[in-house]
Amino acid sequence: MTRRKVHTSMRFSTLIYTIKQGIVNIFRNKWYSLASMATISACLFMFGIFYSLVANFQYIVKEAQDGVAVTVFFDEGISDDRIAEIGSLIEKRAEVSHINFVSADAAWESFKDDYLGEYADGFGDDNPLPNSANYEVYLNDVSMQDSLVTYVESLDGVRRVNRSEVTANTLSGMNKLIGYASAGIIIILLAVSIFLISNTVTIGISVRKEEINIMKYIGATDFFVRAPFVIEGMLIGLAGSVLPLAIIYVIYNNVIAYVSTRFSMLSQLLKFLTVDQVFQVLMPISLIIGIGIGFFGSFSTVRKHIRV
Amino acid sequence: MITLENVSKAYSTGAPALNNVSLKIEAGEFVFVVGDSGSGKSTLIKLLLRELLPTSGKIMVNDIDVASLRHKQIPKYRRKLGVVFQDFRLLKDRNVYENVAFAQRIVQTPTKEIKKNVPSILSTVGLAGKYKAKPKQLSGGEQQRVALARALVNNPPILLADEPTGNLDPKNSWEIMKLLEEINERGTTVLVVTHNREIVNAMKKRVITMNKGVIVNDEKEGTYIDEI
Repeated sequence: MTRRKVHTSMRFSTLIYTIKQGIVNIFRNKWYSLASMATISACLFMFGIFYSLVANFQYIVKEAQDGVAVTVFFDEGISDDRIAEIGSLIEKRAEVSHINFVSADAAWESFKDDYLGEYADGFGDDNPLPNSANYEVYLNDVSMQDSLVTYVESLDGVRRVNRSEVTANTLSGMNKLIGYASAGIIIILLAVSIFLISNTVTIGISVRKEEINIMKYIGATDFFVRAPFVIEGMLIGLAGSVLPLAIIYVIYNNVIAYVSTRFSMLSQLLKFLTVDQVFQVLMPISLIIGIGIGFFGSFSTVRKHIRV
Repeated sequence: MITLENVSKAYSTGAPALNNVSLKIEAGEFVFVVGDSGSGKSTLIKLLLRELLPTSGKIMVNDIDVASLRHKQIPKYRRKLGVVFQDFRLLKDRNVYENVAFAQRIVQTPTKEIKKNVPSILSTVGLAGKYKAKPKQLSGGEQQRVALARALVNNPPILLADEPTGNLDPKNSWEIMKLLEEINERGTTVLVVTHNREIVNAMKKRVITMNKGVIVNDEKEGTYIDEI
């Protein structure tokens, strides 16, 4: 028998072999692969549904918040330059999203439309609200309303500041509540998912403990033993996260369409996120969770059995 | 090639499995290690495989101090030892070819060479026609030949066989022993742990007899000793 050459550096063919083994292992252990994929899919489906609900709820609250404005009225006889100055001072504030100048004429037109209708004809071309020019100030976060109002009231030339305290407090409180509740539920859901998925991966690999032992006895390195398992875990994680994403993608559009047609009154008041907006966050999170759990689950489980 | 100097191995419970054992096996030797259950034979194999560490003493294999190997160095060390077990330990979901090729994969042999080497070693063990079969489709003797082919495909200088005929009928046992003898004649050092009296007595090789963790007899062209 002739002595054959032994190669020590990592070969491309070894890399290909390792990846191929990872894929082949999925089919060799098809029941385990299916069970793992189903667990990952079920957990991520629950997560996706809950995330879609929470994201929409937060979006609706945010939309409502965006409609809340502080109205700033000016002293009588104030110059246009001073009004512009006040405008730029308010715009610079961190609390402010954007401002909108409403002239006295525009304010009177709006008042007529809203409250007087045809009775406004009696006023002719006169504007009975000459001092009603104002800034509508829209906020980034309604919880910051108090600090902004205090600041604006201290400015020279500002006569009065109107605000909606009850609406602001309600929306701000609601936003906080949704934030805490959804964070709590998402953490619990994620913890349960990680536990279930890791368990499935652990059981699947423990069954193959003997295979790992054999590989180690004949001189396989930890990397060589572990790599196919890790690739297998990641691919199962990928498949397990793509499936619920696809299902949610399809049903989300249908649910939004159903709600919009069935409850048309509701859909005029509430704006929903588009599926693409939801998926901007949901897709990367689901993929990271699925692939990440597949990776860490198989990596750590193989490590337990590898010390032979 | 293999040297044990005052090697002891004690487990946490019970008497020491090996007690102050010293022995030397030269390159190219064929050695039987015999003894009753609990005599320390399997512990000896596990120590040589670096599955266990000695409690005291020194083990040198191919000029390597086995006990001082770090975890990362163990795979490279094991590749210099072919190993065959009583229960064959084949990868059940892979066919004969893949089981043997696996040993070449782990030493990163190019695929082209694997395609040449595996059929060659399979024909040496008489399994050229069964390369596609899965282990469960083979008889015990055939499975042990696959295990032998896998142990030999990288041409290790030492072959360790732990009860290689333990699960085989007499005919297959003899065939495996003949193969081991041929392998030894080609220059590989062979260490066989066995209970098979008939084979040991017939082959007239060096026989190391162990009892309660101690070497009680070491004889060239020895025989199986029952009562110590």
